[in-house]
Amino acid sequence: MSAENEKFPKQHIVGFLGSLVLTLAAAWAVVGSGLPTHWIIISIMVMAVVQAFIQLFMFMHLTEKNGSIQVGNMLHAFFIAAVIIAGSVWTMSFGFSHNHSDNGGGGEEMQMEEQEHNH
Amino acid sequence: MSGHSELTTGPLEYRSHEDRMTVLGFWLFLGAEIALFATLFATYAVLFGRTADAPTPQELFEMPMALTMTFLLLTSSFTCGIAIHEMRRGSLKGLLTWLIITLALGLGFLGFEIYEFVHYAHEGATLQSSAYWSSFFVLTGTHGAHVTLGICWAVLLIIQLKKRGLNQMTARKTFVLGLYWHFLDVIWIFLFTSVYLIGMVV
Repeated sequence: MSAENEKFPKQHIVGFLGSLVLTLAAAWAVVGSGLPTHWIIISIMVMAVVQAFIQLFMFMHLTEKNGSIQVGNMLHAFFIAAVIIAGSVWTMSFGFSHNHSDNGGGGEEMQMEEQEHNH
Repeated sequence: MSGHSELTTGPLEYRSHEDRMTVLGFWLFLGAEIALFATLFATYAVLFGRTADAPTPQELFEMPMALTMTFLLLTSSFTCGIAIHEMRRGSLKGLLTWLIITLALGLGFLGFEIYEFVHYAHEGATLQSSAYWSSFFVLTGTHGAHVTLGICWAVLLIIQLKKRGLNQMTARKTFVLGLYWHFLDVIWIFLFTSVYLIGMVV
């Protein structure tokens, strides 16, 4: 608690600089890195999650007072979000990319197998 | 844990049991907000690429614009954190100063977002243009509506702080507004990354 009475808000400034660096790194990854697309997407999503944690822990005082309930609630919310988004994308794109080449009739089982190989 | 007693030390917003429960309750609300935005992100992801005859995101998204909006909102989240820091030092003047800076940055963000939407509409991308643009405008528009609400909330709170000064009630209200404002930036980080950045590479 003593840190709160200091004149210099060190934690906020560290968090802010960290966020700026992560934002610029993500922008550079897209514009200038030349990495394969899926690596760009993975790296910028990881940087976004890190930035979200900076906000939660360094700006939002997540762990104060009822901290354990609040941390549990946020983890639960992130889990729900991941299930909704990944689940929707997976369900709605299931077999989608194979529809063009397939002539139907007995092809369904092959589609299922191909999907499983992909995951 | 904090217990049920009234405290005489520590941050003002945590002194009474009711206020501690209010802050916890607001965290639960933010959890529900994450679920709300998750459904909108999911819709956006599923409809990604279904632009029909409308322009594609690669044609319309511009890095300088997206970065400017990101920096405005990120800086406003930082200044809002400083405002709460000043509040905990007991400085009403510091709190008001940083809160007004936060408000100005928030308005700047909103101005850019409105300009962006108008610009896209001129280029032929509106809510009705295609499945992709519908999901885009609903997702970013819901975030923009939250920012608008946050700005109105902050204006009302500044008036109340000026009238009543810093006490347990106004401190708790300011702290909750701070949580809400930081949360808007958390959502924007994911909007910037998964809508603007991915929209530029895919």
